[in-house]
Amino acid sequence: MRTLFSRLTILLMVLILTLAACAPATPTAPTAPPVATATTAVTALVEPTTAPVASPTPAAPTELRLMTHDSFAASEEVIAEFERQYNVKLVILPSGDTGAMLSQAILTKSAPLADVLYGVDNTFLSRALQEDLFEPYPSPLLTNIPSEFILDPQHRVLPVDYGDVCINYDKRYFAERNLPVPQSLEDLLKPEYKGLLVVENPATSSPGLAFLMATIAHFGDPGYLDFWKGLRENGVVVVNDWETAYYTNFSGSSGKGPQPMVVSYGSSPPAEVIFAEQPLDEAPTASIVAPDTCFRQIEFVGILKGTSKRALAEKWVDYMLDRRFQEDMPLQMFVFPVNRQAQLPEAFVKYAQIPEKPATLDPALIAEKREAWIQAWTDTVLR
Amino acid sequence: MSPRAVAQPARPTRGWAALGLWLLPLLFLLIFYFTPLLSILRLAGEALLREGPSPGLWGRLQRPLAFTLWQAGLSTLLTLLVGLPGAYLFGRFTFPGKGILRVLTTLPFILPTVVVAAGFNALIGPRGWFNVLLMQGLGLSEPPIRLMHSLGAILLAHVFYNTTIVLRVVGSAWAQLDPRLEQAARVLGASPWRALWEVTLPLLRPAILAATLLVFLFDFTSFGVILLLGGPRFATLEVEIYLQALQMLNLPLAGLLSVVQLGCTLIFLWLYQRIAAQVSVPIAPRVHGEGLHPPRTFAERTFVGVMLTVLIVLLLLPMAALPLRSVARLEAARGERGTVTPGFTLDYYRELFINRRGSYFYVPPIQAARNSLLYAGATMGLALGLGGLTTAAMTRLRRPPRWLDILLMLPLGTSAVTLGLGFIVVFNRPPLIARDFPLMIPIAHTLVALPFVVRTLQPALVAIPVNLRQAAAVLGASPWRVWWEVDFPIVLRAVIVAAVFAFTASLGEFGATMFLVRPEYPTVPVAIYRFISQPGALNYGQALAMSTILMILCGLGVAVIERLRLPGLPQTW
Repeated sequence: MRTLFSRLTILLMVLILTLAACAPATPTAPTAPPVATATTAVTALVEPTTAPVASPTPAAPTELRLMTHDSFAASEEVIAEFERQYNVKLVILPSGDTGAMLSQAILTKSAPLADVLYGVDNTFLSRALQEDLFEPYPSPLLTNIPSEFILDPQHRVLPVDYGDVCINYDKRYFAERNLPVPQSLEDLLKPEYKGLLVVENPATSSPGLAFLMATIAHFGDPGYLDFWKGLRENGVVVVNDWETAYYTNFSGSSGKGPQPMVVSYGSSPPAEVIFAEQPLDEAPTASIVAPDTCFRQIEFVGILKGTSKRALAEKWVDYMLDRRFQEDMPLQMFVFPVNRQAQLPEAFVKYAQIPEKPATLDPALIAEKREAWIQAWTDTVLR
Repeated sequence: MSPRAVAQPARPTRGWAALGLWLLPLLFLLIFYFTPLLSILRLAGEALLREGPSPGLWGRLQRPLAFTLWQAGLSTLLTLLVGLPGAYLFGRFTFPGKGILRVLTTLPFILPTVVVAAGFNALIGPRGWFNVLLMQGLGLSEPPIRLMHSLGAILLAHVFYNTTIVLRVVGSAWAQLDPRLEQAARVLGASPWRALWEVTLPLLRPAILAATLLVFLFDFTSFGVILLLGGPRFATLEVEIYLQALQMLNLPLAGLLSVVQLGCTLIFLWLYQRIAAQVSVPIAPRVHGEGLHPPRTFAERTFVGVMLTVLIVLLLLPMAALPLRSVARLEAARGERGTVTPGFTLDYYRELFINRRGSYFYVPPIQAARNSLLYAGATMGLALGLGGLTTAAMTRLRRPPRWLDILLMLPLGTSAVTLGLGFIVVFNRPPLIARDFPLMIPIAHTLVALPFVVRTLQPALVAIPVNLRQAAAVLGASPWRVWWEVDFPIVLRAVIVAAVFAFTASLGEFGATMFLVRPEYPTVPVAIYRFISQPGALNYGQALAMSTILMILCGLGVAVIERLRLPGLPQTW
């Protein structure tokens, strides 16, 4: 019996220890540096004493909360610079995809979760404005941003970056078969491209919705439904999310799927080079950038209504629109800066293709018809 | 004498004492389950009243409901079809590698669906190994297996994910079964089938029912599998709730769908209670593991061989694709990639340790692993603590109120999206801000794990013969001491199974974590998603490497938990 109880005690102790090991992290959590490489709870305990809180000289940093989507990324150094400059602790709250982030912001608008929200795009823009989430802020840096990106004249939201949703293709597939690459949306209906395209469901995926918008901009409503009927007959493959489309179905990615064309981003080919297993001289994929085949997504930042840190929030918005942050974005988030002065990294200049005439739609029209379009698309393509 | 009378404790504690045990679990559910859930349903209800029901509402509820029920029923049936013989294999036979196989079969439970989809594609996709082999072998021009994005893929994935529940819950009960009962039936002339049908299965009924209920609820609220493997043509209630709440921002409809899903869950739980109420024959465990033996006859050897093959093909092969691919460098498949040398590589793992782009969100794999393990450990502690109190209270009551049991199970049938949004809305002000409270993730995971723990512990506790407790009480033991020295040692196996479930449920959970995750403390699944949401061979490789690490972590964790068993017992059940 004695050994039995010693075993039981061990079991209980393990349980208590696991709990205890977690507990020390509790009080330190809000102040611990975000990229703490602490490997034990003990170091986590030590950290706050080294943080500015304990040292008497400078005032404790103010906390600024940024709500954003899961794709947000930035260099450590760029964030640290801002924090040093304004004595701020930037708390970043990744909140799912754009839709998930927005519904959380709407549900909590009486007591906002954050001071600033970044990541609303032009397909969600009107909905966010209708919900009255933001305070206007005419940043002085807007002068460096082309007017085509400034979609809200009241400046409740300010453009930060843009990207084009385009069809990517597997260069090798087309080269080996001497197959010409499609040059328009209409080309996709040709029999030689039967079963070669994978797209994302617009109800579940933001690039999928953007591509649907491109077809609506080009064919009009209800003309786009005929196009999709044709695509369906031509064996278009529909999946729910970008990850599956790109890594499971697309033949140009490392997943080596069956379809040589995928709805992705204009910046995906440079990403293939930058994230190659071994150095590449040339991207294995490319984008179709013919007129009207791509849809331009613009992402915005806005100061959330009810913030008590308005001045600091303005500083962060300015920082996002300024060169330092704008030049950091391409290699972190694979988007293009809106600031004219920002320089693009070399890999982007070399491999990214920017369509000359991307499709766009009025955000107000998108807000009004969005659900009806998706429903009609679902009935046409899936049922 | 009805079996029911036997199962009741001889010395029922007064009601208030048992309620004292209940208090903590009840309080936990009240704060962390009912408050967030009801707040969201209230918001949805208000919006519904304001805007009025939209046209065609019934159709939008009916279609996903019908599909959800259909696929969940079918999936559960198939899972039992594989799981019950598997439980027999684990509960009655010894064979080399059994311990490892038991650990490996729990791994599917934790894997993120994105990664599993990639694994399935590598196996049965249009260019997967099976299709390529069949096309070459039979000289076909089209891939013969077309399972991806079909009902078949959904069913297969559900069997893949949930068979371990049946293996664990029924397998451990089977090993606990006194083999003398079966032997007696055989001596009295019953055929093996008859002994199985009339002795063994009835005795296993509580465990089988509990496993069936858990599997069904998991299939019923299936989300990732439907979305990623089933594809856009299929939508369960859970998928529809996600779409309406987070993509269409249509909260009223999402709320209504949540209510329908909850209502269905209540009906299942009530039905389950009706069926389960008539069972429980207490069996004294004699020597543990005495029913276990190596396969002897030809029939037994065939059974073991066939069952092992089935389990390996169904559960292990789709997983094997991940670690294999994470150390394999692709052959120079395209002209542009001329310099790529095929073969073995640890590049992806090495790359995990480098923050090449100086990213703010970079997570060293060790830190992600540590976070995941801490959350899983805390979840295990919370779930076992609360679950232990609950089951102790239940066995102490003469007639445990049904609603209490139903209450505990309800979180399993609740949409993760609804609950996650509820967390955000309710815990948004001091004293409790969801994002700032690190125990929030273990708490959310405990809501998922608790029903497992209770469902696993309860049949085991009920099966304890009353006379043991009576004897202890007569000899002067306090109720606590009776629990500690009689109940607990006997249910230890069940405790281990429960601990494994709590641990794995936490390691793999992603849905509720999405609303609560803190960038400073990312978990391994969060890190996997970070990699796989960007293009590039390196990102893909690192996602697979990270998934392999998750599998290793889980395997080690489960192995350690299983080692903590009673001394002097064989390491098998």
